[in-house]
Amino acid sequence: MRLELSGITKAFPACIANDHVNFDVKAGEIHALLGENGAGKSTLVKMIYGIMQPDEGSIIWEGKSVQIENPGMARKLGIGMVFQHFSLFESMSVLENVALGINEKGPLKELAKRIIEVSEKYGLPLDPDRHIHTLSVGERQRVEIVRCLLQDPSLIIMDEPTSVLTPQEVDKLFVTLRRLREEGRSILYISHKLDEIKALCDRATILRAGKVVGDCDPSKESARSMAQMMVGEEIKIPAKNLNAKVGEDCLVVENLSMSTNDVFVADLDNVTFSVKSGEIFGIAGVAGNGQNNLLSLLSGERLSAQGQAIRINGLPVGHLGSHKRRKLGLAFVPEERLGHGTVPEMSLADNTVLSGHGVSDLVQMGWLRFSKAHRLAKKIIDAFDVRTGGSKSEAKSLSGGNLQKFIIGRELLKSPQLLIVAQPTWGVDAGAAAAIHQALMDLRDQGCAILVVSQDLDELFAITDRMAVISHGRLSEARPTHETTVEQVGLLMGGLFDQVDAWDEEAQR
Amino acid sequence: MIRLEPRLAPSRTMVYGAPLLAVVLTLITGAALFSALGYNPLQSLYLFFIQPISDSYGITELLLKATPLTLCAVGLAVGFRGNVWNIGAEGQLTMGAITAGAIAVTWHDSTSSLMIPIMIVAGLAGGMAWAAIPALLKTRFHANEILTSLMLTYVATFFLGYLVNGPLRDPEGFNFPESRMFGDAALLPMLVEESRLHIGALIALFVVILGWVMMARTLIGFQVKVVGLTPLAAHYAGFSPKKVVWMSLLLGGALAGLAGMFEVAGPIGQLQPVISPGYGFTAIIVAFLGRLHPIGILLAALLVALSYLGGETVQMELSLPLAVTGVFQGMLLFFLLACDVLINYRLSIGFKGKTA
Repeated sequence: MRLELSGITKAFPACIANDHVNFDVKAGEIHALLGENGAGKSTLVKMIYGIMQPDEGSIIWEGKSVQIENPGMARKLGIGMVFQHFSLFESMSVLENVALGINEKGPLKELAKRIIEVSEKYGLPLDPDRHIHTLSVGERQRVEIVRCLLQDPSLIIMDEPTSVLTPQEVDKLFVTLRRLREEGRSILYISHKLDEIKALCDRATILRAGKVVGDCDPSKESARSMAQMMVGEEIKIPAKNLNAKVGEDCLVVENLSMSTNDVFVADLDNVTFSVKSGEIFGIAGVAGNGQNNLLSLLSGERLSAQGQAIRINGLPVGHLGSHKRRKLGLAFVPEERLGHGTVPEMSLADNTVLSGHGVSDLVQMGWLRFSKAHRLAKKIIDAFDVRTGGSKSEAKSLSGGNLQKFIIGRELLKSPQLLIVAQPTWGVDAGAAAAIHQALMDLRDQGCAILVVSQDLDELFAITDRMAVISHGRLSEARPTHETTVEQVGLLMGGLFDQVDAWDEEAQR
Repeated sequence: MIRLEPRLAPSRTMVYGAPLLAVVLTLITGAALFSALGYNPLQSLYLFFIQPISDSYGITELLLKATPLTLCAVGLAVGFRGNVWNIGAEGQLTMGAITAGAIAVTWHDSTSSLMIPIMIVAGLAGGMAWAAIPALLKTRFHANEILTSLMLTYVATFFLGYLVNGPLRDPEGFNFPESRMFGDAALLPMLVEESRLHIGALIALFVVILGWVMMARTLIGFQVKVVGLTPLAAHYAGFSPKKVVWMSLLLGGALAGLAGMFEVAGPIGQLQPVISPGYGFTAIIVAFLGRLHPIGILLAALLVALSYLGGETVQMELSLPLAVTGVFQGMLLFFLLACDVLINYRLSIGFKGKTA
């Protein structure tokens, strides 16, 4: 056994990231760590690589109990890691970057020779003298991998290595990884892409909400069964108010596309959906699949060249800024509460002005009306049970859940016609989450159109009326939530968009 | 071993205590400096900080010097709150002096009572136009305003040098590089008899109050603060960072230009190759010493104005060089920035340091 974890627990103030996790990695295997965002994968590998230390439990490396205090020590033990986001200096050469990232120091010429040796041996062609900024994303990843291999590691941790690669690059990477396995090295492979795990990995450990929920042999499991383990089976579907009066289309998005130069963010590809008055529409998906771009285009923080692609009550708004859309009845609750939805250093009263100027009487003729802002803040605090020192408290002094209640309350009290909410209950305790869900459903019953973008499937199944899944910037067909199963959503989240059209398959049944 | 430990919350006491601590440290270091140079430290500090304001004339001189510092610093502080780093108030001041001065020189025999109002407008416009260049370069081409505004300062200074050596030189001035003296109608009315203190000081006080109201009470001030603190939240609110860049540079330029007009139409009375002893640069120190708050700036401007006067006194009494003024101003800023660490960190003395 190369690596054995037993009873690893790591708690953060807001949540328990890992709860008595046990698993092991054998020599010469590719071991998958599978789970949704927030399942605790990253925290776990950070402890293996020495970036964090566990609160409880032990790490046994090659039969000996070890305490890995920092990444340098991990590298000495023979543990290497390739991060999802590269840590390379763009203006420096490959050679210089490699020299900076390894423990031993020696003449650069020898290092260059070794880089070429290693890169040829593993099919990762690299020129040590090229500058990073001239390299493609795939080539940059090679630099990271070669830098890791130069330490001759016996365990390589790879965090979502394919998220930025083209399919051809993925195939090449897999060839390299299989060769490393043949040499007896172990690879800990983190991903939520089910088809990759089936194709590559010998074993998989599945994490959900910080706990190990199962071990399996991916080649013997179906993508569907793994998806089920990943997202959980016991999702309670509450009785829907099927009699709710659903009105006309309020928000219509038609063939919305966008491309960026950022490799870590998915481009949007012909996204089409509509949200009717009196319904909650959910968009599921793993983070980084285009949600942020979609949200900033919908809120007006980013303007679209296609004005017609986004319509509110029939009016094209794609080219209007967030302030103008607010005047048309849009309210937006961003994912980031502190630093996006609120200014951390400002009081709650001041923070009501942030989204209230121009659509309420908080600002008159350019003058701030402090008494009104304080009255509104107090009203929100009372109505939504926000635990705080009062309307003068700085936003950053509130806990995540209370700040979220405050922001949701601020937007709800405007009686919007259309509400867009990102991750409404992420990191929020159960009581506050229930209150937020109830508030959203009440608002829906009053005839508001609500769009919820969330990674939390339990939440989407609990409150939405219709839902769709976003993956790599593409949005699936929407369908009524009560006719949708967790497996279907899991498959779509896993990126099996083309191979299986899960929606249709279900419809034919 | 002394270590810095992060505080859980920024210390309220230190927000106001840090400038005082910085002043105390400057005094102590100043005393050490004087004694190292072979002077009696207490007597030197007396000459530097007390003697200059021991009579009413000294006090009017203090207010006179505090006026341009206050004007420039109030304008700069608005920008600094919004993350707009206008370093070129000196150039904008010079430009304001040039535009106002050109009018005074062109109509030097006018006796119209409109001269002063027109020159004030010209001074505002000159400074504003000069600050519009970095604003345009920043919003259009993403050019860093620190560099462009600073570099434009030297352009303005050389332009002034050209004017007083050429088109605006006094034809009866024996080829000295100076303009002719302004006519009486182009000179600011005096506030105190037998002094050089002009009504500009009152206007500066008025600007302080306006600046305070604007930042604390209006949507414009709110926008500047949100853009400066949290750009993402500004996008969320629908505030435009570009508007804030324009607004704060134009405002800072206008106030610096006004300060330049006050200098040439006040104590100087003509255009000279050098109009300001670095008021525009010193105003940066004043703005930070005053915590970017208009009232704080007023107090800081008085303190820094004293350093100009004190510098002159020790030049005369102890024949120390002019550089002593800059040394004191530099120490003040240096200690202030160092003391600011204490707002978010506390000193802890002990040996329980972690080994990496």
